[in-house]
Amino acid sequence: MIVILTLTMLEVCHLTASYRNHLALQDVSFVLHPGQVTNLLGPNGAGKSTVLKALLGLIPLHSGTILWQKTPFRQHLRRVAYVPQRSTIDWDYPITVENVVRLGRVRQTGWFRDLSPRAKAIARYALDRVGMADYGRHPIGELSGGQQQRVFIARALAQEADIFFFDEPFTGIDHQTEAVLFDVFAQLKAEGKTLLVISHDLGNHLAHYDQFLLLNQTLIAAGSQKEVMCPDCLERAYGKGFFIRAA
Amino acid sequence: MFNPFTFLLEPLQFAFMRDALLMGAILGVLCAVTGSYLIVRQMSMIGDVIAHSVVPGISLAFFWGWDLTLGAFITGLLSAIVVALIEQRSPVKVDAAMSLTLTSFFALGILLIARLRTNQVDLTKLLFGDILEVTPSDVWRTALITLGILLLVKLFYKELLFYSFDPLGAQASGLPVQWLYLGLIGAITLTIVATMQVVGVLLVTALLIGPAITAYLWVKELHQMMILGGILGALATVGGMYSSYYFDLPSGPAIVLVIFSGFVITLLFSPRQGLLTRHWRHPNAQP
Repeated sequence: MIVILTLTMLEVCHLTASYRNHLALQDVSFVLHPGQVTNLLGPNGAGKSTVLKALLGLIPLHSGTILWQKTPFRQHLRRVAYVPQRSTIDWDYPITVENVVRLGRVRQTGWFRDLSPRAKAIARYALDRVGMADYGRHPIGELSGGQQQRVFIARALAQEADIFFFDEPFTGIDHQTEAVLFDVFAQLKAEGKTLLVISHDLGNHLAHYDQFLLLNQTLIAAGSQKEVMCPDCLERAYGKGFFIRAA
Repeated sequence: MFNPFTFLLEPLQFAFMRDALLMGAILGVLCAVTGSYLIVRQMSMIGDVIAHSVVPGISLAFFWGWDLTLGAFITGLLSAIVVALIEQRSPVKVDAAMSLTLTSFFALGILLIARLRTNQVDLTKLLFGDILEVTPSDVWRTALITLGILLLVKLFYKELLFYSFDPLGAQASGLPVQWLYLGLIGAITLTIVATMQVVGVLLVTALLIGPAITAYLWVKELHQMMILGGILGALATVGGMYSSYYFDLPSGPAIVLVIFSGFVITLLFSPRQGLLTRHWRHPNAQP
């Protein structure tokens, strides 16, 4: 078991990257294990999204290595499902819910081919898992923010990936969607998937995570809730006078 | 007495009208398909940039004795690349980059026309087009370009849908988004080069955007927007040509205004989005 764990983990070593000409990440190192949900947190502008973008190869690295099973992560990007921030999407785009979820099968299908009946079934099942099966024919723009987020979660599920990156999935959503999201996290965890979640929430939901990464340009702390949520670490991340009930 | 058959058939007795109508209908379809991508990627203005930036290419091609289409294609494509580079490599926002690139390429074009003594390039025709000078070989060439682009859109439809809806997600999933962008810009430049003969570089964006955005108010999926937009585009160009024939109007502006009329009617009366339909349904709602 231990052998498998060390083989399939995602190792990030000494990551340094800049975004639009200013240094966003400095010497960030951490490890993600399968079957674990990791919470990446830090103040606004700490570089949380930049970490995801650097992992996904969307921005160039200055230095550092990213390994999956001891080989460059870049070769394994097809195993990754990514849920971007809601603000990056134009919700007036003319597309139905069903077709958004099917986008999760585009890469697996390959060039010059139509989606197979199996791919469509996978998309339908994913939509069902997030409780949105009845909305397939609806335009994405007619849904509430929480419902739209669930559709994007379904798209990620449809990719049948091994690694899941969520960029602020809890922003602007309802309680029902929140519950669905934590359900999905628990299922994926049980399936041995690797999850990295960016979230601002320092409140009641910390119990859903196995590991915490506290970031502000550099990695300030990593580990369990107890290790990361210490007043000293939080002050170093968020500045003096920072106060939370959970700490 | 008004006879609709005579009304419709009379212009068709002239060969130049038949060619022009056919050309207009084909372009109506082509523009709606490529224009749909411009709209959903929120880069309608890039159509205007490319349209103005073909002028230096035409001037140079004329001077060197090349095919004008080739010259137009090269500088049109170049302008879109310049905009993308400025946007990616600097903090300059895209609208400023577009305005500057558009005017600079256009200025270069005018300058080249003056300096290279390519005065035979008729600036008025370049700016406003002249569909009545369309030859059968022009129609053939446009038909081929249209077929080619439609085939490519069909082949890469699911990738282009992903890229145009969620560029970041598409890139993260490993799609070569730079190439998709370049392909899209290439198709749009080709569309503009084919269309400017009909409406001129100043009005070409109307044909690219108008029918597709009108269709957008009626339907809920991209491919429906392309199909309905294509039908509307063909109807609008043909309608514009008939009004140009019967009321002795310049054809390019006539086409553009027919397109705009269709858009305004839709804006007011479309079942889901119409301003007036919504008002009738919920009389007390605030706009």
